[in-house]
This record gives sequence, structure tokens and C-alpha cells, in this order.
Amino acid sequence: MADLHFSDAAPTASERRAVLAALGVDEESDGAVVVSHPRVVRAGMQRRKRMRHQLLPALHALQREAGWISPGGLNFVGRTLGVPPAEAYGVATFYEMFRTEAPTHELSVRHVCVDPICALAGAAPLAEHLRSQGHAVHEGPCLGQCERAPAVFIQGRREPDRVPADGSGPDSLLVSVTASTTGAPSLLRQMIGRDFRYSESMSMEAYRERGGGAALDAALRLGTDEVISQVTAAGLSGRGGAAFPTGIKWRAVADGEGPKHVVANIDESEPGTFKDRLLCELEPLAIIESIVVAGLTVGAEHGWIYIRGEYPLATQRLRHAIAQARSAGWLGEDAAGSGQPFDIELRRGAGAYICGEETALFNSLEGFRGEPRNKPPFPTTHGLFGRPTVVNNPETLLNVNEILRIGPEAYRSVGTEGSPGTKLFCLSGHVGRPGLYEAPFGMTLGELLGLAGGVQGTLAAVLLGGAAGSFVGPDAGELQLSLEDTRAAGTTLGSGPVMVFNDTADMSAVVERLAKFFRDESCGQCVPCRVGTVRQHELVTQIRRTGRSTEPQRELLGDIADAMGDASICGLGHTAASAVLSAMRLGLLGDTAS
Amino acid sequence: MTRSGENPRPAAETALVTLSIDGREVTVPEGETILAACTAADVETPTICWAPNLTPVNVCRVCVVELEGSRTLVPACSRPAEAGMQISTDSERVRHSRRMVLEFLGSANDLSQASEIADWSRAYGADPARYEGSADDGGGDLPLRPEPERVDEPVRIQDDLYIRAYDRCVLCYKCVEACGDDAQHTFAIAVAGRGFDARIRTEYDTELPDSACVYCGNCVAVCPTGALQFRTEFDLRAVGEWRPDDHSVTRTVCSYCGVGCNLELHTQDERIVKVTSPADHSVTSGHLCIKGRFGWQYVHAPTLEAGAAISGAPEPEPAAPESMPQPASNEI
Ligand SMILES: Cc1cc2nc3c(=O)[nH]c(=O)nc-3n(C[C@H](O)[C@H](O)[C@H](O)COP(=O)(O)O)c2cc1C
Ligand code: SF4
Ligand code: SF4
Ligand code: SF4
Ligand code: FES
Ligand code: FES
Repeated sequence: MADLHFSDAAPTASERRAVLAALGVDEESDGAVVVSHPRVVRAGMQRRKRMRHQLLPALHALQREAGWISPGGLNFVGRTLGVPPAEAYGVATFYEMFRTEAPTHELSVRHVCVDPICALAGAAPLAEHLRSQGHAVHEGPCLGQCERAPAVFIQGRREPDRVPADGSGPDSLLVSVTASTTGAPSLLRQMIGRDFRYSESMSMEAYRERGGGAALDAALRLGTDEVISQVTAAGLSGRGGAAFPTGIKWRAVADGEGPKHVVANIDESEPGTFKDRLLCELEPLAIIESIVVAGLTVGAEHGWIYIRGEYPLATQRLRHAIAQARSAGWLGEDAAGSGQPFDIELRRGAGAYICGEETALFNSLEGFRGEPRNKPPFPTTHGLFGRPTVVNNPETLLNVNEILRIGPEAYRSVGTEGSPGTKLFCLSGHVGRPGLYEAPFGMTLGELLGLAGGVQGTLAAVLLGGAAGSFVGPDAGELQLSLEDTRAAGTTLGSGPVMVFNDTADMSAVVERLAKFFRDESCGQCVPCRVGTVRQHELVTQIRRTGRSTEPQRELLGDIADAMGDASICGLGHTAASAVLSAMRLGLLGDTAS
Repeated sequence: MTRSGENPRPAAETALVTLSIDGREVTVPEGETILAACTAADVETPTICWAPNLTPVNVCRVCVVELEGSRTLVPACSRPAEAGMQISTDSERVRHSRRMVLEFLGSANDLSQASEIADWSRAYGADPARYEGSADDGGGDLPLRPEPERVDEPVRIQDDLYIRAYDRCVLCYKCVEACGDDAQHTFAIAVAGRGFDARIRTEYDTELPDSACVYCGNCVAVCPTGALQFRTEFDLRAVGEWRPDDHSVTRTVCSYCGVGCNLELHTQDERIVKVTSPADHSVTSGHLCIKGRFGWQYVHAPTLEAGAAISGAPEPEPAAPESMPQPASNEI
């Protein structure tokens, strides 16, 4: 890398301190940085390359300290990590949580969700109220708290980030249909009943007493091949939305050359989804255990947690669990007595839905813009830092724990032939009891809604799979919630959100908001999605204004959808038209004029 | 470069692969792309973000083709050719996506100086006006469709060497690649912002002379839309005197140092209006430094013009700094 050119802008003393603290840097002289974390000490160019993955933590530190990413602060971070200022600026401007203009106030910022469920629950008046009280307010996308809408997240200025609802309101509702059946899989078994509550003082011993650690013991006993063949025999598919068979992914990475990585994808930003947040908040040690199982099974040295920046409580508890796991010997040079080295680092996202896409996540974690990479090559051969990488959703990883605990046959005792096991569903909107529901695949939508206390009022539509999913109408009660049945019905389960709307909801407003979501969240890299999401939103806006759609408008929407679906780089573009088209089919966007 | 550099580049292998392009078998070296196979099969493929001297970023998606067995279309410019692939380059799906990409760009950008893109737009029947809506769309007095959002940017004129008119920018990333890992390693510009608001920027939109830019002009040379334009061209266009059809191109070797960069001097009315280097030239791969790119104004110095013909003139001394065009930076 050529010598970098920086402007004269210098950091303030407090910006310097904040960045150095975030990087774990002890001292600094002539730009030579001594980093206390042994894994990032490198010299020269190599060190710089290796340090770039600290860019996001450094920017977070600047933002919290100064309320923005100032030119002086950016220069300091760029010099320290060897990142050209134009590129660091490109990264900073990618994320919702970073500002690159000086703030006009000294306040923490209240992020208010304006996505459909919170909009129904009064997000707009709430934002207005907060503003009138003198707060700094930023309206943005789903905050993953849809079960307790309207949602707020406070991005701290010189104070930790926090969520007002954490610890104040009633605990979120958890229901598991399978927890009471012995021998059946249940991810929530540990978390419900017996008055279980997370507590900081909860020790590794207590976790073990509750049955924790059994999956790791089994994994060590069985070894790589047997673990993977059990996961394959159980028919486990990914729960992050794409439903890719987990066994195939793990086999490919296990067969790859090291160094290798395992990434837990906890970016959870699909509107309507909040399951990963609750899993991490309630049983963080189980998440850590599952990552260790994955790492030791595929022979990875490095484990990573990428968690969305708006989840401060889950982040804090995961960090605590990592420390506990390290003390217990699960992490380190001889992880869990396996003879293999394995450790976990946690990284916070900074507000970008696209960073949940696995290759965008890699770029984000490496300190680049969160732009998806073209596939192939796939993460199993060219993932994080270009190395073979397993990336999984935490629900998927917890399912592996269950498979190892009860065996693939018992695991298959619930669910359908094509979709064995259970699924976590996030119920929100107009249902009696919004919350997290674990049900066997194959339960009908009607049964699930019944379980959640039924629809409030007269059902208008259910959005399955979130913004990337599609609407089904009031007649879909018999739809079986399995991968194969939803696919056959032309819809999707996605990551499990079930957003319920009754006939008081302004459905055209809901659809317009979904179109706006994609317009805002497109990374902008490829033309079909960058421009297509804008044109789609403009058309939906107009159809909504006039209350009817014309034939040319519908044709244009179809043309845009085909191009985004066929020619975009990643899943965001591929699915950006799905909810809009389904709404059109169901007549949720007004009459169809010729 | 804007992403991790760790994705593999096609290796130069001697093994060959045979695949089918529109029903015709073609054979290319392993590691070559579908685009190379299309070219070998004499099938013309539109490209915007691809260039022979840059790493493919596969972002414009105008080159997509249909690959049997693939759910979505695939970018020809970056997807390696594999034995047995069945490729269609002219199916309804391919033509639709290409047309839409061109139409999207036409609806968002000023493409008046992107002649190649304009040619393809015609060929694929792109109609950007479709997004403006029609009177029939309205419901009585209600407002019509919101004006289709366009990339709206003032032209940036910050020095005597080149201008940046980002309303023409289609975000092909070529300039970023040329300024970064693929040629210049200066990293003066990058993509900033997200979605439709993404733009090519220096940090904080700092004026170019204050940025890391060393005025090599490599970004200008790769820009396919005229968003980046040499001042000479910009000024001539402003007075309606830019006449590319009248240009003659003279190939020569840069006289400033011993590297031996080939230069192409583009002249109009016997004055140099632009200097490029051939993309396939082994020394430069099309990239130059400030001296070769901009250090030619001495040629039109009064003494020389009045005196000997350029070709017969003795080797000129490198221009004194003050006779070089001034980027207003003391870096050089
Ligand atoms: C736009 C977009 C956003 C995504 N967000 C997430 C996410 O937040 N969490 C997640 O696990 N997977 C997400 N995915 C899917 C991931 O790319 C990937 O398939 C998944 O993490 C793999 O894990 P699994 O096999 O366990 O599901 C997203 C995909 C796309 C296209
Ligand atoms: S489809 Fe959208 S989000 Fe995905 S790479 Fe393209 S522009 Fe980015
Ligand atoms: S002129 Fe050269 S250094 Fe300046 S922005 Fe263009 S490529 Fe980069
Ligand atoms: S300025 Fe030109 S080269 Fe750079 S991204 Fe825009 S169109 Fe491409
Ligand atoms: S938190 Fe508001 S919709 Fe999810
Ligand atoms: S030329 Fe292939 S994607 Fe742009």
C-alpha cells in the first residue's frame, strides 16, 4: 500500500482516547501501535491489513464519543489501522448509526422504528412526543422488538447504548409446543418454565446443571464425521431465511484447508424478526456452546459473532458468556480439551439490513463497505478473509445442539418429512399475544394464530417472511407452515416472522413502507436493485395516492420485479418485489383499473 | 478497492474448457470468463463496469446471460467459464434484464455523453420515459407519480486538469478501481453513502486538490460516461467544438522517464486534446502518471509551435513545473 495521504485535521484528545480504548491499544509512538490483544499484533503492512477489521469498533467509539465521525477522528483511525481516508469515509457513510456531519446537540439519539408493526402501534405519535420533550430522534427501520411495539433504541452519546424496554416492561412471551414432549427437540426448553430468568450471576455450573454443555460433550465424543452425518441425517436446514442444508455446508468447510472461520450471523434485521435477540438475551451460553461445537467440528480456529448494533443487551450478555466460556476452558489454545485452538470475537454492526447477507457480513466485518460479493465462489471456500467459512443463524446452531442432545431420529419425530424439527415464529401485530412461538414445521397458519391468542378483529392479511416475504390473505388458515408447503403456495417462511394485520390497518401504507424499506436498505452496488427499488417505491407511492393501479403501472412493476429478481447480485434485490407483488395480487393496494 | 481483495482472480492455466454459447461449442482456457467465451463465439456482449485492465466488479449487470441450471441470470464478465455450461445470450430473460438495466440508468443519469450505452439502449429498446408516468395514471386532482428521482449533482470543477460531473455517473466503480488496487494505489476516491444515494467521493467530499489525488488521470481514462472528463474536452464541449470524429491519434512514447509508456495523442485541429495509453500495452495497461497524461502543454508553447515540427524536434526538456498544468497541489 502506498503511503496514505491525510488532511491536517487532528483528533481531539478524547477522540484519541476513545479509539485507542476500543482497539485495546496500550501506547502509540510514531504510528507504531502496540496492541494488547495478542492476535492482532502484527508489523508493517501485514499488521495493517490484519487490523482493518477493527474499523467498525473504532468508528463506533468515535460516534459515541463525539456524536459523529469527525475528519480528525477519521484521520486518526485511518492512520492507526492503515485505511485510506476516502475508504474509511465510504465505510462510515454506509451505516445508519454513523453520522459524518457535526451534530447540533450533545444528546443520545433515540431511534424509533417506523416499520409496519410499530407504525400500527403508534410510532409516529411516539416520535413526535419524544421530539417535543427535547430528545434527538431518528426514525428508522425495524429494531427487532416487534413483540413490544412501538420500539425505541437509544444510541448513547458518552454513555452506553440501551433499549428502554429492556428490564422495564413485562418479559416477552415465549411459547414452545414441543417443550413438554420428552424426546422431541425444543430450543426454548431451557428458557421457559421453572421460572427461568437470565441473571448475570448465572454461572457455567448452573448452565451445566440445566443440561447445558451436553452438545459440546457429544460433539467431542462423536468427532467431525459423526457430528456432520447426524446433522445431515436430521435434515437440518438453515433458519436464517435461505434454508440451505446445514450438513452440506459444514462438510464442505470441514474438508477445506485452514485457517477457517465460523460466523454466527446475529444481524437479525428482517422486519418482524426478533427471535435471535431473545435467544441471545435469555441463554447466551447456549449460543456460545453452539459456536464452539461448529468451530471444533469443522476445524475452524476463529469464531465470530456479528450482532446488529441495536441489540445492546444481547451484546452485553454474549460478551459475558464469552468470558465465562473462556474461564471454563471452552475457548483458547486447547478449546474444551479438544487439542484444537478456538476463540470467539464479537463485532457489532452499525445499522444496515444488508449486512445480514452473509458475504456483505464478511466485507463489513473485514472493515469494508457491507456490499455483497458475487457468488460463486461461496463462503464454504472463500468466506471471511477469503478463507473457508461456516456462517449460520443462531437458531440453526441451537438446532445442532438439539440434534446432538437427542439424536437425529428423535429430532425428526416432529415436523414434516421435508422440514424436520421445529421453527421459531415471531408473532406480531394484531394477535392476542405477540411473542416468540416454537412450533413443529407443518402446523397450519390458523393453528399458530390460535396459539397466539387469535387475530384481533377481522383478519386482512398476514405477512410471512418479513419484507423479503409475501402476504397471504384471510383464507390462508389451512396453509401448512413447512418449507415445502409454503414454497408450493408461492410464499416463504423466511426467518420466521408472522406479521398480522386486521382490517383497521391501512394496508396500502404498509406496502408503501415495505417498498421504502428496500429503497433505503439497498446497498446500491448493482443497477437493478439500486434503481429498481427506487422506481418500485415511486410506483407504489403513486398507486397508493390514486387508490387504484392501471395496467401500464402493473406491467411496469412486473418488469421491474423480473429484472431485480433475475439480474441483481444478492437476495435483497431478488426478493425486493415479492411483498409488493403479493399485495397487488391480494388487492391490498387498491382496485385494479384497466 | 472497495472490498476485500481476497476473491480469486482467474489463474492463467493451460487447461481448456468447452462450453456452449447459444448452441455453439466454444473452447477457452480454463479461468477465462463467460464473456471471453462469448467473444470467442463472436457474440457481442454489452458491458459497462467491465474493462480488460481492471478486476471485474460485476455491478452493472448489463452483461448478464442465462446459464442452464441457475435460478438467476449470471454476469458474463466475471463468471468463470466451466466445461459443459449451456449459455443463452439472447433469450427473452436476458434481453429483458439488459433492457431494464439500460432503462434504469437512462431514467437516473445524464447519458448524453455515454455513446456506447446509448447505442445499446437503442439496440435493446430501453425507454426511460416509461418512469415519468402519464396523465392516465392520475386520479383526478391527485398529484401524479412523484418525479422519478435522478442523480442530481453539480459539476465539480476544482482544477485545470479534469472535471467531475456525477449526474452522469452510473457507479461502475471503474475510477475507484483505477485509483486503488488495480493501478494507482492512491485511494483518493471511494464509494460513499448507500443505495441510490451512493456516490463517488473523496473523504467528506474534500476538494480534489486537497485530497490524496496525484492527478494521474487514470480514473478519467476508464470512465465510460463522461462523468470524469479532461478539462480540454469539457471546455471544447462547452463551446460546441468537441469533434471526436475529426480526431487523429498518434502513438508515441512518453519522454519524461525511462519506463517507456506508450502514449496516444488525440489531436483536433492539430492541438492535443487528450492523452491516453492503450489498455493492452504491456507497460501501462492503459494507466499513466501525471507527466505522461498532462505534461504535454509545452508542445503548444509559442516557441515550439513557431519552430520545428514536433516529430523532428529535439527531445524536449521535461516541462518546468510552472508550465505544467496546475492541479493546485504542491504534491507533485
Ligand atoms: C438481505 C439479506 C439479509 C439477511 N439477513 C440475515 C440475518 O439477519 N440473519 C441471518 O441469519 N441470515 C440472514 N440472511 C441469510 C444469510 O445470507 C445466510 O444465508 C444465513 O446467515 C446462513 O445461515 P443459515 O444457513 O443458518 O440460515 C440474509 C440474507 C439476505 C439476502
Ligand atoms: S441486490 Fe441490492 S443489496 Fe444486493 S448487491 Fe445489489 S444493490 Fe446491493
Ligand atoms: S487522477 Fe489518479 S489519483 Fe486522482 S482520483 Fe483519479 S485515479 Fe485517483
Ligand atoms: S465516475 Fe465514471 S468511472 Fe467512476 S463510477 Fe462513475 S461512471 Fe464509473
Ligand atoms: S421493531 Fe418495529 S416493526 Fe420490528
Ligand atoms: S459488465 Fe458485467 S456486470 Fe457490469
